[in-house]
Amino acid sequence: MSASEPTIPAAERRWAWRPYALAMPALVLLLAVIGYPLLTIVLRSLSEPQWGLQNYIWFFSAPINLTVLQRTFVISTWVTLVCVVSAYPYAYLMTAVGPRIRLVLMLCVLIPFWVSGVVRTLSWVILLQDSGVINSILRSFGLGGVRLIRTQTGVVIGMAQVLLPFMILPLYSVMKGIDLRLMRAAQSLGARPFRAFFTIYLPLSLPGVYAGAIIVFILALGFYITPALLGGPRSTMLSTLVQTQVLSLLQWGRGGAMGVVLLVVTFVLLALAAPVMRSRYREAGRR
Amino acid sequence: MNPGQENRGNPGQENMGNPGQESRGAAIDLRAISKAYGSFKALDGVSLRIEAGEFMTLLGPSGSGKTTTLNVVAGFTEASSGALEVGGRSVVGVPAHKRNIGVVFQHYALFPHMTVSRNVAYPLALRGVAGAERERRVRQALDMVKMADFGHRFPSELSGGQQQRVALARAIVFDPPLLLMDEPLGALDKKLREWLQLEIKRIHRELGTTFVYVTHDQEEALVLSDRIAVFNRGRIEQIGTGRELYDEPATLFVGKFIGDSTVLRGAAAISGGETAIEIAGQKVATPRRLANGGRPVMLLRPEKLALVRRGASGDGRNRLTGRIGEAIYLGSGSKYEVDLADGSKAIVRSTLEADSFAIGDEVEVLFAGADVKLLADDDKADLSLT
Repeated sequence: MSASEPTIPAAERRWAWRPYALAMPALVLLLAVIGYPLLTIVLRSLSEPQWGLQNYIWFFSAPINLTVLQRTFVISTWVTLVCVVSAYPYAYLMTAVGPRIRLVLMLCVLIPFWVSGVVRTLSWVILLQDSGVINSILRSFGLGGVRLIRTQTGVVIGMAQVLLPFMILPLYSVMKGIDLRLMRAAQSLGARPFRAFFTIYLPLSLPGVYAGAIIVFILALGFYITPALLGGPRSTMLSTLVQTQVLSLLQWGRGGAMGVVLLVVTFVLLALAAPVMRSRYREAGRR
Repeated sequence: MNPGQENRGNPGQENMGNPGQESRGAAIDLRAISKAYGSFKALDGVSLRIEAGEFMTLLGPSGSGKTTTLNVVAGFTEASSGALEVGGRSVVGVPAHKRNIGVVFQHYALFPHMTVSRNVAYPLALRGVAGAERERRVRQALDMVKMADFGHRFPSELSGGQQQRVALARAIVFDPPLLLMDEPLGALDKKLREWLQLEIKRIHRELGTTFVYVTHDQEEALVLSDRIAVFNRGRIEQIGTGRELYDEPATLFVGKFIGDSTVLRGAAAISGGETAIEIAGQKVATPRRLANGGRPVMLLRPEKLALVRRGASGDGRNRLTGRIGEAIYLGSGSKYEVDLADGSKAIVRSTLEADSFAIGDEVEVLFAGADVKLLADDDKADLSLT
């Protein structure tokens, strides 16, 4: 279809500015609350206390910063993996059941989403602590206690739970567009169900996996409350360091430099991932 | 060439039940197949034998069980009871991916993330056919459906007819002894459908594979098939060639489903070997009687009826008065719908040389008693025509 799109006649082209006009409020808002602060951060990272690159030099010469930056990416990667693995079967189930059960499943995704992140994180504190629910259950089975609170594992569990809806929703929206009759066709051609899944269903669902993974990964990079409450000193993430610099030490320039470094590294990683994620097929065979 | 060398292709190549070159089609035997969904019987004791290399069409209205039958043969649906053999071996309980049967779907079912070539290569890759041999066979299959120049395209870049031809290539590329087609031309416009019907016929001739074709379009069934099985309400009403079904319908349903027909219903009087039916005070007779009881109805084909103006001389044949309700010029002749005195309709086809009539003309319909098909009445025959 897209190969032979009709050219737009001149009369219609006159109105081509209209969508832009309608998008103006959003554009203005984005510029005001993202563009301007971002510009300020970049400027302050280069100008405080005086003009120069001293804040960036400080960032890269203090080993603790690099350790935390690396840890931030490691934790975010783990969170993304946990989300993909747990969301994939869940989203598939949502496409396979009837409308009533689908509604229940959707509510199960959305209700925690409507509860504040702080409340959810505090609940995780109760669940994960050494004398908490999870450890009591493990002990009652004679499995001994596991340290979860103030560990990286605890942070990953808490963050994955908070971010799971951002993975399930894009996955579900892609999966519900996959024509399940293609699986039947694959089987008639000789593919075992397992093989049919890996050669047909999985590739067709990848756009949803990528979309969800990017959202979760980027949100995880900037997470503050959950790692601060569930983590210990060995699971500090970059946003905690930024908070310390800005609010405790009033080093706005250093805080800004940390933010800029995080942003740049994220862009670089996404740019590297883009060729893999670019979908190589057109939107046919979809309902 | 080494005369002892008979193995074509790679030595490690898996052949998944590929029969020898000489007899490529598999015979299929369905015996008393039933399929129930709760209390609803989708199939009710279907028995059908399809010969190797035959083109068999399963014809019937929607919900008659023809697609369920196809799904049972393909292995997508498990029958509730009955026996099913393909190529002399029972396939009951064998999953679809082990049956080695090609299937073409109405909705094409091409894999949207693969090019045409990769779609067609898919069943070969599953069978371990690789390299030059794979390329050769993909090429050959695409040649067969005249799509050789489209190998690099994605399915979304093709028209419906082109997609279905690729789907056909994909279903035949692994040499299945049996090809199932479920209304493959249902989504295409009439011109394209007619051309593809001839293509499918040619491919059937060239391959020698057994084809089982599902359609609700009786004209399509007549064009394509060696034999046709007419389905109604989960049962087979009749199996036969197109000519047999048209000339000698076994049931009223078959008579009405295949071709145009006029059905005469009325108070019947049987005397000796003759049956007479009274239509609004006019008696028509045929020198036949129903073999095994039931209320007799008369079925007449449009070309067996003649039209004359009211009061014109007849030649001792049966005659019924009526008025022209619809007149359709067909090019090769005309088709008339005549409203008979009892409110029923007669359908008459006349040749170019015959008199022409206009809507509202008072006419008489003439026919010979010998041309009447006498059938047992069946009120279920009407419901399915909606």
